[in-house]
Amino acid sequence: MAAVTSVGESVPAARPASPGSMQGSRRRKLNLFRYVVFTLFGLFFLLPLVAMVRFSVEGQKAGSWSLAAWGQIASYPGLLSAIEITLELAVITCLAVLVLLLPTMIWIRLRVQWFSRAFEFLCLLPLTIPAIVLVVGLGPIYNWIEHYNLSALQLFWVYVILALPYAYRALATGLEAMDVKTLSEAARSLGANWLTVMTRVIAPNMKQAILNALLLSAALVLGEFTIAEILNYITLQVALFNISRATSDARVLFSTSAAALLFAFALLVILSYAGRRRSRRRG
Amino acid sequence: MAAAVTTAGARPRRAGHLSSLSFIGTIPFLGYVGVFLLLPTGIVIWNAVRSPAGQFDPGALKLLGNPAVRSYFTGSIELCAVSSVIGAVLGAILAYAVASGNPSGVIRRLSLAGSGVLAQFGGVTLAFAFNAAIGPSNGFLLHAGWYYNFPWGIGLIYVYFEVPLMVLVFLPAIDGLKIQWREATENLGGSTYQYWRHVGIPLLTPAFIGSTLLLFANALSAYATIQAWENQISYTVPQQIYIAINSEVGLASNEGDILALGMVVLVAIVMTLYVLLQRRAARWLR
Repeated sequence: MAAVTSVGESVPAARPASPGSMQGSRRRKLNLFRYVVFTLFGLFFLLPLVAMVRFSVEGQKAGSWSLAAWGQIASYPGLLSAIEITLELAVITCLAVLVLLLPTMIWIRLRVQWFSRAFEFLCLLPLTIPAIVLVVGLGPIYNWIEHYNLSALQLFWVYVILALPYAYRALATGLEAMDVKTLSEAARSLGANWLTVMTRVIAPNMKQAILNALLLSAALVLGEFTIAEILNYITLQVALFNISRATSDARVLFSTSAAALLFAFALLVILSYAGRRRSRRRG
Repeated sequence: MAAAVTTAGARPRRAGHLSSLSFIGTIPFLGYVGVFLLLPTGIVIWNAVRSPAGQFDPGALKLLGNPAVRSYFTGSIELCAVSSVIGAVLGAILAYAVASGNPSGVIRRLSLAGSGVLAQFGGVTLAFAFNAAIGPSNGFLLHAGWYYNFPWGIGLIYVYFEVPLMVLVFLPAIDGLKIQWREATENLGGSTYQYWRHVGIPLLTPAFIGSTLLLFANALSAYATIQAWENQISYTVPQQIYIAINSEVGLASNEGDILALGMVVLVAIVMTLYVLLQRRAARWLR
């Protein structure tokens, strides 16, 4: 829920234990403790994923191997279109979150400071309203939207709300790290308009924070199930759920799940790597 | 709605008349949040307290006392208590192991990034992964007969995303323990046990309980995982909300709304306690 600590967030400056300041025997005991803990938790977190991948490459006969389930991702009825819709939704949601949130955050910081507490409250509010509750109230609103357009892409309206707390925290971290006021006053006194200030002065200074916000929003859309299922839209997660209900040990279930997870991991690695390289060059 | 906020915010302004003009810049955001967050919540509350004819009638809320409805709430609370307490204890141990290492080391970076991903990795996929690992008929590690037991089977699955969340929210508290406090204990002749017994644990307790509450609220709103785990029987409120809004036969025409309102109230209580405890925790840490 409040896993709002964004991925690339920096390590706190004050640290409790510096390695050199401890006696040797206690240090050794602590290290032993750490290795045991990391091994056990590593196993706990990895084994279910390994099991999933293992099932995805199992052949018809027990003990044989086959990549058929991975090939099925493209051919299984309805699956590919669900994947396509989910990816499109992720892109649209990311853009909408950014367009809605970033200008408002900068604007509030510069011109309407007194509103910032209430604004933060509104942004974090979706954390306390479960998606299953939100969707009950959304019924009438989506009836009205569907009156005009029935596409599953309409889900992005509410996905923006779900992504709000995570994107807000990521962007706020970025904004706090720079002197928005001075930067914008400097740009304004050189004749820049507000649009230029936002797009060419402030946004480039918080690239990592924007990347984090986009990553968190995309991850959220890729994994969302509740709202899509109840509003009867077939996204990736809903498609997987339907397959699992029809045939509980369909291999394609495991291959698609594993592929989705690998995709999310890859996205994360690429983004964090891109961000790290940039900041290293700068400092 | 936007107008109400404008008047509420009429506190000291530096920019004088410009400020009310500047406020226009926030209206797109407020409009959006109003339509897609505040309005649905309002609809739920209104539908829960009205009669089928559309009159205000809080009597409908009596449904919350119905034994069947109560059992969904007890089920939810039981599952969330089990998974959040286990998740919090394990997460705290892992957080300590992370915190006691090199602050800029690979392990810390990896743990934080991994926690960020895994805390979000709920959903139907997680249930599939556990079914593949320990499912009673085709488990890769073992054929766990207790896999479909409530709350332990599903509780174990929940722990999978609760532990990383605990690491994320509890790590700052452990980082806030100052090395000087440890040294002071040692200078006074205290042992490691005494340090934890009289200094460490008392300092971390408010943050620990607060984080556990957050985990509890997190588990409460989870729906996809339990639905993919077992969709024939309703154990929890979210499952029953799904059934209530998808079938004509129910305890009342607005059963879904009433259950949803009950959940909002429950989450609100938990989150209020969380905020209060976080404030208490912040007194010493930092």
